[in-house]
Amino acid sequence: MIPVIAATVKVMLPLAQLPSNFVHHHSTTTCVAENRFFCADWAAHNFDRYVDPALKQALLVSVSVAVGFTVAMGLALLSHRQPKLAPTFTGLTGVLYTVPSVAFFFLLLPITGFGTDTAVIALSAYTLQIIYRNIVAGLANVPEEAKDAGRGMGMSQRDLLWRVELPLAVPEIVAGLRVATVSTVALATLAFFAGAGGLGQQIYSDLTFKTNIIIAGGLAMLMAILFDLVLLVIQRLATPWLRAGAS
Amino acid sequence: MSAEAPDSLDGPVEAPSVAFRRVTKRYPGADEPALAELELEVPGGEICVFVGPSGSGKTTAMRMVNRMVEITEGDILVGSTSVRQRSPAQLRREMGYVIQQIGLFPHRTVADNIATVPRLLGWDRKRVEARVEELLELVRIDPALRDRYPAQLSGGQQQRVGVARALAANPGVMLMDEPFGAVDPSNRERLQNEFLRLQAEVRKTILFVTHDIDEAIKMGDRIAILREGGRLAQYATPAELLMAPADDFVEDFVGADRALKRLALMRVSDIDLWEAPLAHVGQATSEARAKLPEAEVPYVLVIDAERRPLGWLSDDDLLAETVPAKPGTSPDPVLELDDVMRDALSDLLQAETRYAPVVDSEGRIAGVLSVEIISEFLTSPEALTEERPAAERPLG
Repeated sequence: MIPVIAATVKVMLPLAQLPSNFVHHHSTTTCVAENRFFCADWAAHNFDRYVDPALKQALLVSVSVAVGFTVAMGLALLSHRQPKLAPTFTGLTGVLYTVPSVAFFFLLLPITGFGTDTAVIALSAYTLQIIYRNIVAGLANVPEEAKDAGRGMGMSQRDLLWRVELPLAVPEIVAGLRVATVSTVALATLAFFAGAGGLGQQIYSDLTFKTNIIIAGGLAMLMAILFDLVLLVIQRLATPWLRAGAS
Repeated sequence: MSAEAPDSLDGPVEAPSVAFRRVTKRYPGADEPALAELELEVPGGEICVFVGPSGSGKTTAMRMVNRMVEITEGDILVGSTSVRQRSPAQLRREMGYVIQQIGLFPHRTVADNIATVPRLLGWDRKRVEARVEELLELVRIDPALRDRYPAQLSGGQQQRVGVARALAANPGVMLMDEPFGAVDPSNRERLQNEFLRLQAEVRKTILFVTHDIDEAIKMGDRIAILREGGRLAQYATPAELLMAPADDFVEDFVGADRALKRLALMRVSDIDLWEAPLAHVGQATSEARAKLPEAEVPYVLVIDAERRPLGWLSDDDLLAETVPAKPGTSPDPVLELDDVMRDALSDLLQAETRYAPVVDSEGRIAGVLSVEIISEFLTSPEALTEERPAAERPLG
């Protein structure tokens, strides 16, 4: 695995414009010189260099998931209205999901160029499958009798969708968003290949320096956990009836 | 009850009649129609129960009234307006709709569920609030439950919230598809009685679907029995249905002993008897004749000195001077106050007579039982609620 990544990085070097000799400038302490598991001292002094990439990655993830959610919601609503479209959309989003991520960045480079746009397009494309499927499943699981009662009381299709179907699909929609977001955080560490920066840039800048890997990797994990928590809170706030039912 | 509130609406709105005019429903690809040329009229303010086996088109018939199912041929008039001339959404907002699974919105509180149609109609917040409170009181739901979610309610409470939601915009017509179907049997009877009492108050035109003939007889002012292929077998009052089933299908479906089993729980003394004009042996017949025009029972009953019934005066007897000791028509069957009502009715039917004298334990006349009394009893909500006074009390 490591040689593969190392080879990839070598190939990517001109693209990603890594800072050179990242470690050696700071190899003043023994901990760093010996490349121990974690050099707290170094971490404390150099933490600043991780802040901007982390924020950039968080933004990248947010934008990508938001774009993916918007497109997936559009597709899901279309196929909800027109069930014949569902297999096409499922297939399409499924195919996108199978494209290897790094390959995706390179495929897009000639079209969208080097930078954030390319990363957002690729990352949001990956979220489509999970989010789309969950929205469709959520809408499909709305109890038939609730829909029948709604129609029977004179709700239009639109009323029914916004007042009954979507609110009741929230748990599944948010579940999809959570999976999509966490996996996007992980994928976004590769976004620097597309020139979008992020924590990946720090990780691949020196794959041999353990402290670096631990800080950047740890921040990515922490970010995934925080995103997940935020979505969990949103879900709980949006579905008070679920907790009430259990009490 | 807040009768002075501007929206204490139940009552002023006239419940319209609902008329089926040769209504047919054909689904594409089906050989037989789901409903074939249904022709009947439900008078305003009455409960019409559609009953029949599955595949008889009873639910289809009901769902065509608010255009949840489109009419293939024929027409349905609500009041004097064809439902085909109305937009489905508007039509539905003017009709209450209750389904078997109740279909409360799980993500909305009791109050929000009830407020569904008023909000669709764009009522302002205060009016909606006032109406919700009024309805909670009407269906006897503790106002403390207004902010609960459906999952926190018992089956019976959910059912009543479903009825309140259907009544919210004070519709003239209510469509109810097996509304008590999801309620456990021990609560069903209580909810049925409550609903009949509610209906006595609000007087809606109700189309009610069930597969249970006992429920149909209990709830219906009129019953439409449908058979396979969506054909109407008989449309009649419960009493007519019991006394004169139109054919073998109806007779089988009504199942005489099942229909009468409620009567097995009662005694003759449980019911208000009628009074016949009484005459003593030897009395002048002119006196007896004079009582006839105002009497509940149109025959004169002859009694002896101990007030024991001897027989009914026949037309010939009435022409004689004095009341004979052996009247022309036998008093049989003579019933006792302690007789079980079902047996009393079967005695009446077997003797092919409409009236039977009822005597107390000493054999003295206590009143007269008639077929009409029994059929009235079978259909009157007042009588039903008397059975279980405990159910009369509001919650809490």
